[in-house]
Amino acid sequence: MTSAQTATLTDDVVIDCKVDKIFYGNFLAVRDSDVPIYKNKITGFIGPSGCGKSTVLKSINRMNDLVRIFRFEGRIHFEGQDLYGTNVDPVSVRRHIGMVFQQPNPFSMSIYENVAFGLRLNRYKGDYDARVEEALRGAALWKEVKDKLQNNGMSLSGGQQQRLCIARAIATKPTVILMDEPCSALDPIATRQVEELMIGLKSEYTVVIVTHNMQQAQRVADKTAFFSVDISQGGRTGYLVEMNDTGKLFENPREQLTKEYLSGEFS
Amino acid sequence: MKNTPNFNKSFTDSRALKSIFLSTITVLCAVGACIPLFSVLVMLIMRGGKRLSFELFYALPPTAFDTGGGFGNAIVGTLFMVGIAALIAVPFGILAAIYLAEFGENGKLAEIARFCAKTMTGIPSILAGVLAYAAVVMVTGTYSAIAGGVALSILMIPTIMLTAEESIKMVPSAMREAAVGMGCTKTQVMWKVMLPVAMPGMITGVMLAVARVSGETAPLLFTALFSDYWIFQGGAGDIMEPTASLAVLIYNFSGMPFENQIELAWAASLVLVTMVFIINIISRMLFQKKK
Repeated sequence: MTSAQTATLTDDVVIDCKVDKIFYGNFLAVRDSDVPIYKNKITGFIGPSGCGKSTVLKSINRMNDLVRIFRFEGRIHFEGQDLYGTNVDPVSVRRHIGMVFQQPNPFSMSIYENVAFGLRLNRYKGDYDARVEEALRGAALWKEVKDKLQNNGMSLSGGQQQRLCIARAIATKPTVILMDEPCSALDPIATRQVEELMIGLKSEYTVVIVTHNMQQAQRVADKTAFFSVDISQGGRTGYLVEMNDTGKLFENPREQLTKEYLSGEFS
Repeated sequence: MKNTPNFNKSFTDSRALKSIFLSTITVLCAVGACIPLFSVLVMLIMRGGKRLSFELFYALPPTAFDTGGGFGNAIVGTLFMVGIAALIAVPFGILAAIYLAEFGENGKLAEIARFCAKTMTGIPSILAGVLAYAAVVMVTGTYSAIAGGVALSILMIPTIMLTAEESIKMVPSAMREAAVGMGCTKTQVMWKVMLPVAMPGMITGVMLAVARVSGETAPLLFTALFSDYWIFQGGAGDIMEPTASLAVLIYNFSGMPFENQIELAWAASLVLVTMVFIINIISRMLFQKKK
């Protein structure tokens, strides 16, 4: 790669994720997947279950380090550093790359404290009230909770809880927010709200979303990466089939496999 | 000809009879389980209630042919020694529980520690006294409140450890994940997220352990012995002197041939049981708050 190309890459690629191999013990879970994440875009990961899309997502903020037998080969460049470099502390990585989970998981504390949690963690010295309000407005939740900030976060409805989790993630202003099937536990109305919210977040954040819902990827994602499962070697190894602008991928996929998946011929 | 099934209840059917019989037995056993506590309470109120007065709480124990008197020093002694025991056992037990719940899921050490704790919950309390006698009384050369506290703490640690481990494990793993995702270190996950949620359950465990040891006599006989005086009457050094406790007072006085002492033993029993009763009610309230 020439230096000119590198320069254009770093301009709008905020995370340059090149997975060679991801193992769980001896099991090869994902291979050969280069997924550049573009700045201020929503990148969607789609694919059948077991294709490794969540595994790749959770590798980005090193959540997989919780799994003792997890092993990563490849590199993930972020802010000029390899996140899998030997001197990298996974804890500090997670403070710069926020995460929203499949199940809404607010802490059992007040709405206010949920949002302020990351600020306190980072020893933020400033106006907490302002930052909490800003984050809740950013998550389109402020109007609903502004009069009950001291109520427990778990007393909210599922959709509100998920937006609270998004508020919690954006309160510390991370560069990137990872979302692992954030709507799969929500009803259609709440799903629509969260999707609108994601689109609104784009101007300030880079969002990566794993979804098993192709329509959702079509609605929100600017770039879409399609993963599939390779069962030819006897295992079940996920890999990136193709990645493109969402419109191009859905209307004119390069790969036959993508075409089949999008038309519902396998899932 | 078509048979219509019979849906009517029958009390002569052998299955129904068996069912009624077994249900009745379970009810009787459940009632039976309440009888000891209630009979003890009724007995204590009848025998000890008439002696209840404020004097009991501030007076010192009477000598052989005295009238009146009380057991203020024994109440203070019991509270003080249970306090020492809690001071040792609560941090010890909870830190051990954190290891079991968080770091030692499948480890050998955790398995061994858990097994030891479970065995310790069933160990005769007198052995805790013997252990503290050897470890503290023999070393320091004197019976003392410290030795008593150590003996009681040996009995408290397993209960606190096991209930705290359970409470920590009950915290939903999604919350742990969220904390890790926010960039918490292991310590912060535990301290800021897991322990606050597990707190009501852990406090319940502590209360139960406190309730259990407040009435222990045997471990104190070998370690704190008894005293007819107030602890700290002679200054802070009294912490290394023999110390009175309600349980040992009851043990001593109930065997005496004097009516006054025997009445005091009954009254002391009533006070002690009431204390345990209150501790249990508080822990119940804390647990219900958590639901």
